[in-house]
Amino acid sequence: MGETTEIHAQSRPHLPKGVRLKRDEARGRWTLLAPERIFEVDDTAAAVLGLCDGERDLGAIVAELAARYKAPPAVIEKDVVAMLADLKTKRVLET
Amino acid sequence: MNAPSPAPPIGLLVELTHRCPLGCPYCSNPLALERPGGELDGETWKRVFSEAAALGALHVHLSGGEPTARRDIVDLTRHASESGLYTNLITSGIGVGEKLTGDLAEAGLDHAQLSFQGADKETNDRLGHYAGSWEKKRAFASYVIKAGLPLTINAVIHRANLHQVGAFIELAVELGARRLEVAHTQYYGWALLNRAALMPPRKQVEESIALVEAARARLKGELVIDMVVPDYYARYPKPCAGGWGRIAINVSPTGKALPCHAAESIQGLEFWNVREHSLADIWHTNPAFNAFRGTEWMREPCRSCERREIDWGGCRCQALALTGDARNADPACHKSPDHERIVATALAESESGERPLRFRSYKEKVEA
Repeated sequence: MGETTEIHAQSRPHLPKGVRLKRDEARGRWTLLAPERIFEVDDTAAAVLGLCDGERDLGAIVAELAARYKAPPAVIEKDVVAMLADLKTKRVLET
Repeated sequence: MNAPSPAPPIGLLVELTHRCPLGCPYCSNPLALERPGGELDGETWKRVFSEAAALGALHVHLSGGEPTARRDIVDLTRHASESGLYTNLITSGIGVGEKLTGDLAEAGLDHAQLSFQGADKETNDRLGHYAGSWEKKRAFASYVIKAGLPLTINAVIHRANLHQVGAFIELAVELGARRLEVAHTQYYGWALLNRAALMPPRKQVEESIALVEAARARLKGELVIDMVVPDYYARYPKPCAGGWGRIAINVSPTGKALPCHAAESIQGLEFWNVREHSLADIWHTNPAFNAFRGTEWMREPCRSCERREIDWGGCRCQALALTGDARNADPACHKSPDHERIVATALAESESGERPLRFRSYKEKVEA
């Protein structure tokens, strides 16, 4: 089923209805809230997910992060794709 | 010495009512069902939701009984959502039409979990004790999908439907569910009453686990399948509600706050009511929530066990029901001196053929 989890440069990742990125004030961290599941999200991952609005494609997301963190786009892209593919397999992200 | 302040709860499960059109013989509600006349009013439930969010809870599970039997379910859902809680409706789907489903989605509902008692009409309607529920459930599933909400199918598994695990997986895919729970029955309350009729044979349980594992691989990225294994046949117990007073609070229809839905079966604990106490007060200071919190209460073999902060001693209610003392290790654990005895009982019951079921109802006379 590799095909369903593949992320392309033109993919427009977004959180489906029923999945929410939320600041968990009581524990001082970001969380991804999903059906019967709570994923702890570090600040970097939260920054990525904050850009997954269904408008930006992967290329735009990577470019923005590369500028923000002053890092090579190729390195950023590898990490972002791995993270998004994992969330997609868990059915908490759509592209 | 005072115990350190507990970390905040993650989830709030509210049994909004014990009214339900179904009569499942394994219902997780207590045998002594609470009467509609004593249910909390809407304003009190709203205060509880606000208090839960302020305390640090992230999920609220709107359950019952059938939660949509409450006429104010949309209003309650809206308030829970506006409080910042992720709202999950746990429903039979009976009586939830297209308009109500749309209204719930509009009010901020995040997710719907729909039960099926069987994977075909005959089995479903017989085990849920409600003729025609099959069609109503399927219709509700379509309304959820139409409203754009994620759908989970929940299938409680036991001897009378264990052969349908594969069919439940197909049903979940057909209905467009994102998630399926294959939940082997946990034997408390009504299920304990019906245990001899419900306990599945060990070999078939193992086959069902293998079948789910194969389906998980096949449906990766399409359907998430969560499985609760029958703990009588497990090596280690399941952590009671994630650990007593550790991650969850239950509130009964009349407002009793409980560490788990079966906690009232343990005599001698005084459970405070949300009418008189705030949720924070209950979480931090109700002695019942501290009774089995952490590891200090443990005896051997739990006390020195390397898994004591994984399993948290297993289930207190099961320890009480099967060994006579809530402080003992859960006999589902292979280290419990009672383990061999309960497995032998389960195996004998699982081979006892077809037996009559006692369906959940207000009228059923149940001996304690």
